[in-house]
Amino acid sequence: MAQAGSEHAADDVLRASFDVGYTYQRLVGPVIGEFLTGLRDGKMQGIKGSNGKVICPPTEYDPVTAEECSEFVALPSTGTVKTWNWVNQPRPNHLLKKPFAWALVQIDGADTSLLHMVDAGSEAAMKTGMKVKVRWAAERKGFITDIECFEPA
Amino acid sequence: MSEQAKKVELIECPIVLNYNFSAGRAPTQFLRGMKQGKLIGQRSPLTGKVIAPPRGACPESGLPTTEEVPLPDTATVITFTIVHLPIPTSALEPPFIVANLVLDGSDQTFIHLVSGCANEDVKIGMRVKAKWKDQSEWDYSMDNIAYFEPTGEPPVDIEALKASRLEEAKRFLKAKAETK
Amino acid sequence: MREVAIIAYAQTPLVRDCGAKNDVELVMEVVNAVKHQVGFTNQDLDFFCSGSCDYLGGSAFAFVNALDALGAVPPINESHVEMDAAWALYEAWLKIQTGHANTALVYGFGKCSQGDLPDVLTLQLDPYYTQPLWPDSISLAALQARALLDAGKITEEDMARVVQKSRRNAKSKPGTQLKGDYTIEQLLAEPKLVSPLRKHDCPPVTDGASAVILATREVAEKFHKRNAYITGIDHRIEAHQLGSRNLIDSMSTRIAGEAAGVAKGKVDIAELHTPFSYQELLVKQALGLGDDTVINASGGPLAGNIMMSAGLSNFGEVAMRIIKGEANRGVAHATSGPCLQQNLVAVLEGK
Repeated sequence: MAQAGSEHAADDVLRASFDVGYTYQRLVGPVIGEFLTGLRDGKMQGIKGSNGKVICPPTEYDPVTAEECSEFVALPSTGTVKTWNWVNQPRPNHLLKKPFAWALVQIDGADTSLLHMVDAGSEAAMKTGMKVKVRWAAERKGFITDIECFEPA
Repeated sequence: MSEQAKKVELIECPIVLNYNFSAGRAPTQFLRGMKQGKLIGQRSPLTGKVIAPPRGACPESGLPTTEEVPLPDTATVITFTIVHLPIPTSALEPPFIVANLVLDGSDQTFIHLVSGCANEDVKIGMRVKAKWKDQSEWDYSMDNIAYFEPTGEPPVDIEALKASRLEEAKRFLKAKAETK
Repeated sequence: MREVAIIAYAQTPLVRDCGAKNDVELVMEVVNAVKHQVGFTNQDLDFFCSGSCDYLGGSAFAFVNALDALGAVPPINESHVEMDAAWALYEAWLKIQTGHANTALVYGFGKCSQGDLPDVLTLQLDPYYTQPLWPDSISLAALQARALLDAGKITEEDMARVVQKSRRNAKSKPGTQLKGDYTIEQLLAEPKLVSPLRKHDCPPVTDGASAVILATREVAEKFHKRNAYITGIDHRIEAHQLGSRNLIDSMSTRIAGEAAGVAKGKVDIAELHTPFSYQELLVKQALGLGDDTVINASGGPLAGNIMMSAGLSNFGEVAMRIIKGEANRGVAHATSGPCLQQNLVAVLEGK
């Protein structure tokens, strides 16, 4: 919790460092639950939206029509990079501790994209339209990090 | 085996954020006083009332409070409650008393602990005095006071106390107007 | 529709760290300043509404604590939103439309120096698929910038030009945080921060507060010969999942702008809440603004970005220029959420 104030010699300000922490547990519901269960088992899935659209990662409702979604579709664990960036200096909270890319990856067979990291090695290796594949985490528990990241396919 | 067949229903999502809090001007002045073992309130320029601990503004007018008013470490219990649940990260053993106190010479209550007597003996209007920790433990914190304990004086009538504080504020304002 | 004008505006100086000033002390400055501008006390104000977020400073109930700065004794009619204060202005505007108020004081504040803002902002993301990866606000903006560059809608030179203009305009406004004269070459020579964004393409972290006073025509006419009236206001939000959105066209801004009636007349000035340089280009296009509109004469959020109040400040900036006679008709814009997810657009006209 809070440490008592410590003097800052340079200015007349009292400062105290503290952490705010929450131990949240979240009930995921049937749709997210099914997707995460699939991830735990090393399987990628999408969900059918309106008008033949396939949504990945699955949402409970089609974001355009608001129609309820329930029918799952098996998908490969490969996809295409729709847009990307390059993080030269990972922040302390980032899960990859070396330079990496964030990308919106459209899984093959889906019409929407999934946000995740790409361990491409260098910025030069990243390109919109490139093919990537899931690197599965060695130990999986039913969480988005069961996908450790993507890598060039 | 059955673990694998079970569908995912719950996920753990802990979140921790680190902050570097900086105290405002008024709390800084108050906390510096605490480090010296002093309680220093601030006065509202509009109402003449004294606020301890101060937060920078007079809550009735929104005007900055700047005049410092040294205060004794004696107070009156305005209201209190007996807490039976243990507080995580606290060394206090329930049941213990959390009270709304008003320092002598000030007009706004603050929360602190009352101890040094049987919980059943604490009453509204009870007179109390700060029990300071050993000076070696003092920091920029209200925690320098371990708790407030009874002085043994007879209890005070709260309505009478409020009335006399209002009179005091009016007297101050009148004196201020006269010196102009 | 009741005619509602903005009759007063104040903003604290934009600084990286306001040091020994807590939320109450920041808010006091602007609240007392706007009350003073029109000689109002709380008796003259029917409604108070604010925008902020406790997670910026990490102190619980920061919102409620800030009420000390208003003087809530006797009790006042108050509401607040966990949004930029531009949405608090929208609520106050609605309150006046219903006839439940004739005047309102709206304020916003953010003491961002206490926390790590890009990480704090991840808390607004989808908690199942996205937040646990900790994609910070700069990384997300970089994704949108890359998409626009790939689509040929903007160039890196375009982005640098926005920054150059911001730094130059900020020189003429007191209290801005980042200002100066830079050439495009200088800016493009800087290394990338999160490619394709350079540090200067991103907003600074700013501590500050701002406030405005809204009033109906009957009240406003007592203060200024020429008032700045809100003639249209609307806000729209896009889908939560980043992967479901079209990042190269700000549809929510487009629809809100049409509903607010931006195109109904010439737009002399616009204050756009576009914290990343590329976003000004996207929002300008979505609103259909031409090169004859002066955008972000104040320097914009690249010159200083009070989280939770920059959008509100835009209303004040436009209104004051209209009152002074520097412009006749202007647009104020506010945004919220990653990559311009939610957008509020208003048209202000001088009468």
